[in-house]
Amino acid sequence: MDWYAIFVTTVKASIGLETVVYALAAIGVNVQFGYAGLLNFGQAAFLGVAAYGMAVTVATFHLPFWLGIAIGLVATVILAFLLGIPTLRLRADYLAIVTIAAAEIVRLIFRSVKFSSVFGGSDGRQNFSGDFFAMNPYAPGTYGIGPISFNERVSWVLTVGWVLVALSCALVYLLMKSPWGRVLKAIREDEDAVRSLGKNVFSYKMQALVLGGVIGCLGGFVFALGQASVQPDLFSTEFTFYAYTIVILGGAARVFSPVVGAAIFWVLLVFVGNTLSEAVGAGVIPASIMTVNQVGAVRFMLVGLGLMLLLIFRPQGIFGDKREIALDAR
Amino acid sequence: MHADTTTTRKAAAAAVFEGLPTEPGVPKPDPILVVDKVVRRFGGLTAVDVDHLEIQRGSITALIGPNGAGKTTFFNQLTGFDTADAGSWTFNGNQLKGVPAHRVARQGMVRTFQLTKALSKLTVMENMRLGAQNQRGENFFRALIPGSWRRQEDEITERAEELLERFKLDAKRDDFAGSLSGGQRKLLEMARALMVGPELVMLDEPMAGVNPALTQSLLGHVKALREEGMTVLFVEHDMDMVRDISDWVVVMAQGNVIAEGPPDTIMSDSRVVDAYLGAHHDAPMSVEEAEEQLQEAEAELEIEEKA
Repeated sequence: MDWYAIFVTTVKASIGLETVVYALAAIGVNVQFGYAGLLNFGQAAFLGVAAYGMAVTVATFHLPFWLGIAIGLVATVILAFLLGIPTLRLRADYLAIVTIAAAEIVRLIFRSVKFSSVFGGSDGRQNFSGDFFAMNPYAPGTYGIGPISFNERVSWVLTVGWVLVALSCALVYLLMKSPWGRVLKAIREDEDAVRSLGKNVFSYKMQALVLGGVIGCLGGFVFALGQASVQPDLFSTEFTFYAYTIVILGGAARVFSPVVGAAIFWVLLVFVGNTLSEAVGAGVIPASIMTVNQVGAVRFMLVGLGLMLLLIFRPQGIFGDKREIALDAR
Repeated sequence: MHADTTTTRKAAAAAVFEGLPTEPGVPKPDPILVVDKVVRRFGGLTAVDVDHLEIQRGSITALIGPNGAGKTTFFNQLTGFDTADAGSWTFNGNQLKGVPAHRVARQGMVRTFQLTKALSKLTVMENMRLGAQNQRGENFFRALIPGSWRRQEDEITERAEELLERFKLDAKRDDFAGSLSGGQRKLLEMARALMVGPELVMLDEPMAGVNPALTQSLLGHVKALREEGMTVLFVEHDMDMVRDISDWVVVMAQGNVIAEGPPDTIMSDSRVVDAYLGAHHDAPMSVEEAEEQLQEAEAELEIEEKA
């Protein structure tokens, strides 16, 4: 078994594209769910709308890259309002139902045959990242430490991605230390109490939904640019559930938990996947037990098992406060 | 000094109510809250149907009534937590029908809840700070610049500390509100409502689930509100408490206000007795009445003995 290769790919996964994208999506979910208690099960749609907003602007309509970014952002905000206005006055469950359905509607529109001239059907859109890579300050070559290195294109995407992650964390940190964040956390605990203290709960919930969506949409941009392509099925409901898993893994309502959660989640997935395929390939695990084709499914089983154990033995997540969980049991 | 103001405020409040008729909807000299024809129906059930009600400024008014009388529903209508089907009500002359709950609170009419709503995962201090109004840092963009709200936050903290000390919660300052006992939560909720700076405090069963030791201290706090010039309207089941602290009692039954009156005599009002016990009863309602009945019985016995 090639432990060296496993080690290199695992370390690369901890700072790789998926980690950045999921970290951004999870920071958004953390604002909505962790702090404000909003069950937005349509985070994938926010990333999808942003990624497609940019990609379609540039690839289909041949408009400038920055206009594409602007359209992606505006589309995200509009989506947040569309979802929030009818549901945020209702009980929390309704937002969950509406958002999960809306996310599927968005994905199915993107992949529909009817609109394939605009969105490109199930193949999605390519050829929109030229302007982004034209801004690349890195000269061709590889950057990194020893074997843990990336080519100039990946390095540029990761640089931009991690800067966005850092900025988002700083934003969340500042907000959650402020009275604004206090209102949000109070809404999570009890809306009516907050109303009785003269706060416009609807407005704060909307602000949280928009903020979480916009932070998530940055992940959509990074995803699209990193792969130089968008496909509708990247933004399926699993995406949202992974983002939730990451938030819970890290510990809800903690600034850095989505980032560390995303890194751990992808490290686990890549490490377990690679170790299994190496083990099968080297004959350590005989073909009668598992073939290479089954590795993909089995790694999710094992990671799922790991997450279950985590929630049993550390329900507050990695950064969570055990005292807070204890309060729920009262 | 302390006792003096209490007695003068109490005397002043009592003087206002002196000689008022005990009819439902009787006009008060200086009402802070005026309710007209408020109706709330749930399907075929009329939960609240209040024709007219005035709450006197600077007094402690109790709202009592048997279970299911519509007291809490009425509270919800007034504070904007539920929408009334019909009617209107004014607070300090401002029309409040259709005004959302948070605007009602901003106008100075603040309520607490029957089931205490402590914000469990916030500390006691954060709970208190939340109550303060017009916070600059509650605006999204200003929140990002700590310098713009720090000073205000310090002032709020100072006010909160004073209140916590008064309510004897200062030792719990940094504990999660969820770790407090039931009675302490009631205290916290009342203190938090005071952070809003209300003119009218509406307490929904402030004594429910509070142990007797804390009851006295809660009573003291409610009396102190009147002393500070606030008006209190509270729902309560405990008649001892009602008698002890209220200046005026409003009785509801089956959604209607059926009687009003001073606390010492209201419970012997025949309409109230009927509402609580049904029209046919002979249980004594007060000590005097009990003695009267006892004497009557003894007299009867004596007559029988002689015969």
